[in-house]
Amino acid sequence: MANTRSQYRIKAGPEEIMAEKKIRVLVAKPGLDGHDRGAKVICRSLRDAGFEVIYTGLRRTPEEIVNSAIQEDADVIGLSILSGAHNVLFPKIMGLLKEKEADDITVIAGGIIPDKDIPLLKKIGISEIFLPGSSTEDIVKWIEGNVKESSSV
Amino acid sequence: MRDAACDQGGFTTVSGKEIRELYTPLDLDGFDYTHQLGFPGEYPFTRGIHPTMYRGRLWTMRQFSGFGSAEDTNKRYKYLLSHGQTGLSVAFHLPTLMGIDSDHLLAEGEIGKCGVAVDSLADMEILFDGIPLDKISTSMTINPPAAVLWAMYIAVAEKQGVSPKVISGTIQNDILKEYIAQKTFVFPPGPSMKLIVDTFEYGAKEVPKWNTISISGYHIREAGSTAAQELAFTLRDGIEYVEWAQKRGLDVDEFVPRLSFFFNAHNDFFEEIAKFRAARKIWADVMKERFKAKNPRSWWLRFHTQTSGVSLMAQQPHNNVVRVALQALSAVLGGTQSLHTNSLDETYALPSEDAVTIALRTQQIIAHESGVINCADPLGGSYFVETLTAQMEKEAKDYIKKIDDMGGMVKAIELGFPQKEIADSSYWYQKAVEKKEKIIVGVNAFEMEHEPIPLLKIEEAVAKQQLARLKEVKETRNNSEVKAKLLDLKKAAEDDQNLMPFLLESVRAYATLGEIMDALKEVYGEYKEPISY
Repeated sequence: MANTRSQYRIKAGPEEIMAEKKIRVLVAKPGLDGHDRGAKVICRSLRDAGFEVIYTGLRRTPEEIVNSAIQEDADVIGLSILSGAHNVLFPKIMGLLKEKEADDITVIAGGIIPDKDIPLLKKIGISEIFLPGSSTEDIVKWIEGNVKESSSV
Repeated sequence: MRDAACDQGGFTTVSGKEIRELYTPLDLDGFDYTHQLGFPGEYPFTRGIHPTMYRGRLWTMRQFSGFGSAEDTNKRYKYLLSHGQTGLSVAFHLPTLMGIDSDHLLAEGEIGKCGVAVDSLADMEILFDGIPLDKISTSMTINPPAAVLWAMYIAVAEKQGVSPKVISGTIQNDILKEYIAQKTFVFPPGPSMKLIVDTFEYGAKEVPKWNTISISGYHIREAGSTAAQELAFTLRDGIEYVEWAQKRGLDVDEFVPRLSFFFNAHNDFFEEIAKFRAARKIWADVMKERFKAKNPRSWWLRFHTQTSGVSLMAQQPHNNVVRVALQALSAVLGGTQSLHTNSLDETYALPSEDAVTIALRTQQIIAHESGVINCADPLGGSYFVETLTAQMEKEAKDYIKKIDDMGGMVKAIELGFPQKEIADSSYWYQKAVEKKEKIIVGVNAFEMEHEPIPLLKIEEAVAKQQLARLKEVKETRNNSEVKAKLLDLKKAAEDDQNLMPFLLESVRAYATLGEIMDALKEVYGEYKEPISY
């Protein structure tokens, strides 16, 4: 299996390690729906809060999301989905992260996710689910409180 | 006690437009009744397209519906029709919307979730089983593969012994708003526009009662635009379609009467009414003056309305019934031709039968109990509403001019202009809510805990059943015939012929949607969106 996280870690040069690093967030849209209003508002809010933000664009497969997160050396993956396919796609993403030794990346999610699905999603390792009505400020605070920039460790 | 809006020192609409404390005859200085309003049923149709409006005929109550398998959705349609709904509106699942089959890699987890699964004519036959297509009109929300699904519908009608000349309904078929807002696209703009003009041309000759497009502001608004942006981008999209069809050599008075529109009914009551009224006036003017249309039917802006999905809240979901009622009322006061009312549970899932019944009853209460249908355009002449209507018209025309100057809507989309305007508005609104400049009941004010509500669940068995049917179709059809029809289709695309006859041949042979779209992708390629936020 190509592209494990450790391969990319080794490549980081000393000047990058020395520089003051920002938390890197990959905002990803799995599933077939094109509703990107929420994802775009989150991207802009996180950028304005001082994070480095990478947006994957629409309709990314679990493989594409995990590969991007590793290549971009993301500290956080934010999954946005409204199609109802989260119970199938999120476990795949979490499984791939583990397989590629990248399960130290914090994964959070938001979108249309029924309450009753939340326990399962937490159990597979998704750290927090932000439901409709969550404020962008809450998301920023949560990331600041729960995620340490890790790539220079 | 002063409320939050006073403390912020401003009274604004949901779009951020300042509203003064009072409007008087001074605001309508120089207002010319005949020029700006006219009578209902007369140019420029500000007051409505029919002289007696709802006294003659109520709007069509059309609930957008589709989930699970074709069998599940067929049952729901029969339920809705037996409860007084007067037209059907098909919601397809995401793989169908994207033109891929249920056995495609990307369809995993999506089958039957956001709508009904349709892979081939076999599904379409079940979907409309026992529903007389000569009597019921059907709207289909489908965009990149619209021509294919329309061909399937025509083929089902044929099987029922119903002529294409008789069937009526609408395909959404509006690709421009997909690039702008909803992002369900497949082909690049050029080939997409070609396919749409094919449907205009074919429909004008062969399916004369069909609306071959529903030019949609709904999704633009849902993506976060203001009311004026929704209006402007939608009408400019309409202009773009007319221009492309003219380039094909079509006569405006032949096809424009079959163009229809689709707007959002959002929270700000008067702003929405002003938007609907301004839409009719601008379109009449554009068709008469810019395109020199002579047929008065070309001047009519006929529209469907859906209440705003994004305005529904997960918190205290029963409050959504009230939001929907107010939004629906604005659509009726704005003169809509058909209406979908959202269900209270749609922030969580597709609606349950109970929830959709309340939504339909909301329309029936407005129609039969409120008395608002008794006279046409009851708010006409209101100092406030007329001022707002005129402002809305001006704002929209300014945008239209700007997009004309860019070289049209396809160019503007390539420049990312409407996308950027919408993203800015949506970001502004989110921040206004977070600063409590905009109050949302139950979300940033008046919060409380509530019990979970019962939801519709799509069983995973639907996926198995759908995959089994698709497999069966592929095994039992005449595969060499399918291959031949797909080759003909590809050839016709390469030769730039009207594709409708070839699509009909392909679907009649049970070629699947995915196979047909793949054949066309080989000729047209696929659109890649520039990523920005």
